[in-house]
Amino acid sequence: MRWSLTPRDRASPIWIWLSPFVAIALTLAAGCALFAAMGTAPIQGLMVFIVEPLASVRGWSELALKATPLVLCACGLAVCFRTNVWNIGAEGQLIVGAIVGGGVALLATPDTSRIWFVLVLLASAVGGALWASITAWLRDRFNANEILVSLMLVYVAQQLISWVVQGPWRDPAGYGFPQSEMFAAAARVPTLVEGTRLTLGSALAVVAAAALWLLFARTVIGFQLKVIGLAPLAARYAGFTNRRALWFAMLVSGALAGLAGGLEVAGPIGQLTSSISPGYGFAAIIVAFVGRLHPVGIVLASLVMALFYIGGELAQSRLGLPSALTGVYQGLLLFFLLACDTLVAHRVQFRQGAPA
Amino acid sequence: MHAGAESASVAAAGTPRLSLGDVTKHYGKVVANDAVSFDVMPGEIVALLGENGAGKTTLMKIAYGITQADRGTIAVDGAVVGIDSPRRARAAGIAMVFQQFALFEAATVLENIALGLPRAPMRNIESRVMELAARYGLPVDPMKRVHDLSMGERQRVEIVRGLLSQPRVLILDEPTSVLTPNAVDRLFLTLQQLAFDGTSIVFISHKLHEIRRLATRCVVMRAGRVVADVDPRVQTESALARLMLGADTPDLASHTAPPGEVMFQVRNLSVGTDDGSALEDVTFDVRSGEIVGIAGVSGNGQTALMASLAGETRVRSDAVRLSGEPIGNLDTAQRRALGLRYIPEQRLGHGAVAELSLEENALLTDASAQSGLLMHRALGLAGAARAVERFGVRASSLAQKAETLSGGNLQKFIVGREVLQAPRILLVHQPTWGVDAGSAAAIRNELIALRAAGCGVVVVSEELDELYQLADRLFVMANGRLSPPRKPHQISSAEMGVWMGGEWPAASDHSAVMRVT
Repeated sequence: MRWSLTPRDRASPIWIWLSPFVAIALTLAAGCALFAAMGTAPIQGLMVFIVEPLASVRGWSELALKATPLVLCACGLAVCFRTNVWNIGAEGQLIVGAIVGGGVALLATPDTSRIWFVLVLLASAVGGALWASITAWLRDRFNANEILVSLMLVYVAQQLISWVVQGPWRDPAGYGFPQSEMFAAAARVPTLVEGTRLTLGSALAVVAAAALWLLFARTVIGFQLKVIGLAPLAARYAGFTNRRALWFAMLVSGALAGLAGGLEVAGPIGQLTSSISPGYGFAAIIVAFVGRLHPVGIVLASLVMALFYIGGELAQSRLGLPSALTGVYQGLLLFFLLACDTLVAHRVQFRQGAPA
Repeated sequence: MHAGAESASVAAAGTPRLSLGDVTKHYGKVVANDAVSFDVMPGEIVALLGENGAGKTTLMKIAYGITQADRGTIAVDGAVVGIDSPRRARAAGIAMVFQQFALFEAATVLENIALGLPRAPMRNIESRVMELAARYGLPVDPMKRVHDLSMGERQRVEIVRGLLSQPRVLILDEPTSVLTPNAVDRLFLTLQQLAFDGTSIVFISHKLHEIRRLATRCVVMRAGRVVADVDPRVQTESALARLMLGADTPDLASHTAPPGEVMFQVRNLSVGTDDGSALEDVTFDVRSGEIVGIAGVSGNGQTALMASLAGETRVRSDAVRLSGEPIGNLDTAQRRALGLRYIPEQRLGHGAVAELSLEENALLTDASAQSGLLMHRALGLAGAARAVERFGVRASSLAQKAETLSGGNLQKFIVGREVLQAPRILLVHQPTWGVDAGSAAAIRNELIALRAAGCGVVVVSEELDELYQLADRLFVMANGRLSPPRKPHQISSAEMGVWMGGEWPAASDHSAVMRVT
């Protein structure tokens, strides 16, 4: 009995939807093996990693909190990816959004109007969009590869935040730690549910997902982006310009990533520090693909990825396992997704006997 | 319906080279092949005739192992074989040349050919390719990259690739659609020579006169069944068409009205590409109520010409004029707004987006649906419904993706979409390529109706019959240059064949002809 992969006539609609679920199942199976290899009973590991975070209201609110930046970044990335613009620098756009938003937040005093936080969020979105516009401009003007440019700008952004919190904006009373002062209450994003850390940001994330659906299902620009992404020749035939699509996709995704950064620093963190994101911008790439670039998929995939973040922290504190487990789980998920996606375009064929 | 016993073939006795028995294949609820039995004798040339969706290609894909039948047997030389992949098919001596090409765009012709062969030095393969190309009149440049090739050149590569493995059964899906008359003659000589040497040939075609010329047997399929097995040499073309369609082929509407004033002007249009000049000093006019036909073997600048005329490539503003206004520097959407519409050669990915629904594809070239912020989806639904209805497009719903339509049905849809927008000038590239006879007649009738309505039409085609039927004036394109015009009755197809090689009377003669026309 031999098996081989044969190309399908067209993509399998079943496997497009099944593949992410199979990938999640395989990730958990591989995760069990990983627990066993590290000397933890797999059941106990899974309980801590998967079940415990979901056992309380507080757990769910933490999950939503962690999923919020992922949803925002992934929605922006979905616009880019469906337009064939390969922005992988959401992490950098998130950080610059946090810096610009944080700068505005630091201007607030105890007497500032409660509405100040809106300015903070607007500033962070503008900051993220500006950072993304560097990539868009270089691609537009010089045809520079946006994958490389956007990725390299992530490292520039990381240096930038590191500099502001160690230099100009360092908290004088902070014992030399690389962090700014805590933001005034007026600059902080309002809490959504009392007693939890859930902020208005999670509601904005849901709005972003709905807007993503609206964009591709109903709007003219969304239709044009879709055609450009699916069939560049047909887009040129129809008369849709690539330049406009590039700028639109980059600015939207930059603004959403920047907003995610602003929501983090003006939300749960409350100040600028040198480590404001555990790689949300990169994890969002995985989220976007696991979620099939579809808003509902993105929300679900964000919750799964958020679970890995929380599970990793718990596994560290409860089981004494390295927190790098989060990254390993994320990597496993992407790995298995790409493997399962083979079955979207191919089918496995079994045959008797020796090769022809 | 079993063919063997009543076959008109000279090789009727003995064991069939290839025998398909009782083959049934369902796609969902659609029956593509319904208990089809089909034989080919050694050295026989069988034509497989049928409309789009009749199941011809499915049947041959089953024989070649690309598609697996739900039921049925495949026997080669009397022995039942399990063909579940093209590799097994090739091992059994079956080769197939497809209508849709399976070539790597980024690789050269030679690399593409070498991929399917056992490992051998490139130089040996190249010399075999050159030898075959010369022998069968299929000029290919082995060092050219496939993405630089036109559709016609790509098909030539496929034919050469199919012949390289010295198959015992050679299946060709619409092989002549992109060849000049002379090249068709040469190909037919080749196929006859191969058949004489014992190779069985299965030839899927819509071209009735070619079937009558080449094939010794014609198997006609309709709606997944074999409905006739005849000797095409003793049948008339209309008899064959009736067998295929189950009814009479619609006749082409006749045309009498004279053309109007000059509406569309092309002046000294030159376009360069990376590998030299694609268009050289092209000049011609189109009048309202006139169909201008441009003949030629593909790869001679037709693609560049259409891109420049439609606006996909922008050119000098006064190189293209519509009603006297220079439009050469406008893009496709701007030219479309002025009434210039275009139907490209490639349907999936150019004229339509494969992954989008018919409804969405109807919106692709509809500017009124794209004004403002939100799509006017109702316009898409209505437009798609009208195109489907008027052209009898076989689609189960408007939500169906474009890629699920057969080539002919999709072409009818695209033609319908553009025609319904009442263009002033319509550019059509290969309007009926790979389209069955019934649909082709319907499409040609629409072009004739447009002419009657005062539209100027430019048809670029490789099918001379089509151009003779449609055009008021004919040009030939070769090496990026345009020949002088001729009225159809002023030039024979043999002379056209010579012109397609780039040899037409010198420019001084040109002006004389212009005065005549």
